[in-house]
Amino acid sequence: MKILVCITHVPDTTSKIQFTDNNTKFDKTGVQYIIGPYDDYALARAVELRDQTGGKLTVLNVGEAETEPTLRKALAIGADEAVRINAEPTDAFFVATQIANHAKEIGYDMILMGRESIDFNGGMVHGMVAELLGMPSVSPVMKLDLEGDTAKIAREIEGGKEYLEIKLPFVAGCQEPIAEWKIPNMRGIMSARSKPLQVQELSGDVVATKTVAYEMPPAKGAVKLIDSNNVQELVELLKSEAKVL
Amino acid sequence: MSIIVYIEHIEGAIKKTSLEAASYASALAEQQGVDAKGVVLGTVSEDQLASVGTAGLSTVYHVNDDQLNAGVIQAHAEAVAQAFEKAGADTLILAKSSLGDAVAARLAVKLDAGYISNVVALPSTSGTYTVKRSIYTGKAFAESEITKTNKILGVKKNAVPLKTDGAPASVEALEVNLSEGAFAAKITSIDKANDEIPLPEADIVVSGGRGMKGPENWNLIEDLAKALGAATGCSKPVSDSGWRPHHEHVGQTGVKVAPTLYVAVGISGAIQHLAGVNASKYIVVINKDPEAPFFKAADYGIVGDAFEVLPKLTEAIKAVK
Ligand SMILES: Cc1cc2nc3c(=O)[nH]c(=O)nc-3n(C[C@H](O)[C@H](O)[C@H](O)COP(=O)(O)OP(=O)(O)OC[C@H]3O[C@@H](n4cnc5c(N)ncnc54)[C@H](O)[C@@H]3O)c2cc1C
Ligand SMILES: Nc1ncnc2c1ncn2[C@@H]1O[C@H](COP(=O)(O)O)[C@@H](O)[C@H]1O
Repeated sequence: MKILVCITHVPDTTSKIQFTDNNTKFDKTGVQYIIGPYDDYALARAVELRDQTGGKLTVLNVGEAETEPTLRKALAIGADEAVRINAEPTDAFFVATQIANHAKEIGYDMILMGRESIDFNGGMVHGMVAELLGMPSVSPVMKLDLEGDTAKIAREIEGGKEYLEIKLPFVAGCQEPIAEWKIPNMRGIMSARSKPLQVQELSGDVVATKTVAYEMPPAKGAVKLIDSNNVQELVELLKSEAKVL
Repeated sequence: MSIIVYIEHIEGAIKKTSLEAASYASALAEQQGVDAKGVVLGTVSEDQLASVGTAGLSTVYHVNDDQLNAGVIQAHAEAVAQAFEKAGADTLILAKSSLGDAVAARLAVKLDAGYISNVVALPSTSGTYTVKRSIYTGKAFAESEITKTNKILGVKKNAVPLKTDGAPASVEALEVNLSEGAFAAKITSIDKANDEIPLPEADIVVSGGRGMKGPENWNLIEDLAKALGAATGCSKPVSDSGWRPHHEHVGQTGVKVAPTLYVAVGISGAIQHLAGVNASKYIVVINKDPEAPFFKAADYGIVGDAFEVLPKLTEAIKAVK
């Protein structure tokens, strides 16, 4: 079994988001980077499935050299090898093309990703990769079990779940509670240092969108506090200002 | 050229978020002087189909194939691609949803289109084609340019006002050819809570956090929700502890909501929770701790014990409804 997990290198969920250069560049000052939270779920489940079926688990990131510590963390969590495709990931279609070209060469049985990245929140790379590879795609996946060459999957839909069966190979965008996040232990961290991390150059340069400027949302006005003995005042505000009653 | 909208329905009832996407499309069509059409897949009544016209669409293509009632991602993508061609469209509009996102990503490749998601406003089309989208889970916006001829825009809730005064749309049956592979992902069953307002669709949401102490107290949340006609949500620890089902969990790793009114009860307002609610128009926070960070993100706040405030508030709302 050959499993690929695609991970993003993104600002920690508590990061303050700021821009520089006249609002054209993300300000990396003081930002802690992590494996995308949804990617972390995909990775955790992939480690379990690899342990169950044997084979090899590869993690991949399309990014510049600064993302390597994040890939090493994925190795410490349990991936067997890492691949970094050396490019700035500016557009989902571009990233998907890189991933698909790599996957075509290796022929993975299963490609797991996060349901969405937490920087651009597109939720699109997995579907694009699947279409480029002519494979089925499914997202957001909350449960994934393997029985031979068939995956049994639960996918979240509005107000519930849908259960599916898919034959390998396929692409899935994952979210909780597919598995519990794994925290690297000391042995994992030590062994990650000697696991292979391969850097590959670009294979195709198609871009469909580009970001030209950033903007912060307007600051929120101060909260209007209402006395807990006077809930009637809140009802009035909901009627006259928010107009929901 | 024309614009086409991928319209979703829940067991035959057109989704409100899809009507919002249709409103967006008709505003864009007006801006560009073109026509906006829709495509609906699966079993839906003539009345429901024509009702899409209220949001400004001239025509709906109806693919009346019951195999498409369920959200088979690949099959939906193939059908919508054929409707796109039939309409001679260069722009596809859809509402963000778990199905819509998955279908649109495949369509971006099929149609060789530039796809932007989380769109919050109409594009600017003089010169380059740029559109504003929400990024970093609502913490910022980006102005992004689409460099392809074909375009897909995934529209966030509240991007444009809902249009309700259009004339009924004319309905055209559309036959599509679906490949064998389109049904490779087999849906074996669906497990769905009935008779509740789906959280991502709701106009008002009442959420409870760990401050509610336990699942046995959720009747207080439900009573307020009922009085307001709201859906119910919760914070992550609440669904992690099994007090509430997972699909109610709001936030960065859960559902992102954008209702007109979000009421947070006994939720501290951690940044990961706020990430799921910061697109709400109005936020009410009820918390016994005046220092709770949620008050900084709120429009209206009550510092008090939820167990005392909720029954009073529910009664006061019932009285005016
Ligand atoms: C990567 C990551 C992702 C996460 N994603 C999410 C997410 O998507 N959604 C999410 O919600 N969280 C998420 N979290 C968790 C988040 O950080 C917080 O831990 C969580 O939101 C806290 O939930 P809470 O406010 O219900 O509980 P608490 O933080 O325990 O707050 C309870 C609140 O209730 C108040 N209270 C207590 N008793 C009463 C009373 N009687 N009346 C009124 N108020 C009362 C308290 O003052 C307090 O403010 C994530 C965390 C991480 C690390
Ligand atoms: N630069 C990247 N490198 C590797 N995987 C990525 C990259 N960007 C996105 N992905 C994967 O695609 C998923 C969806 O991302 P997105 O479409 O950006 O929301 C992520 O959760 C990752 O698994």
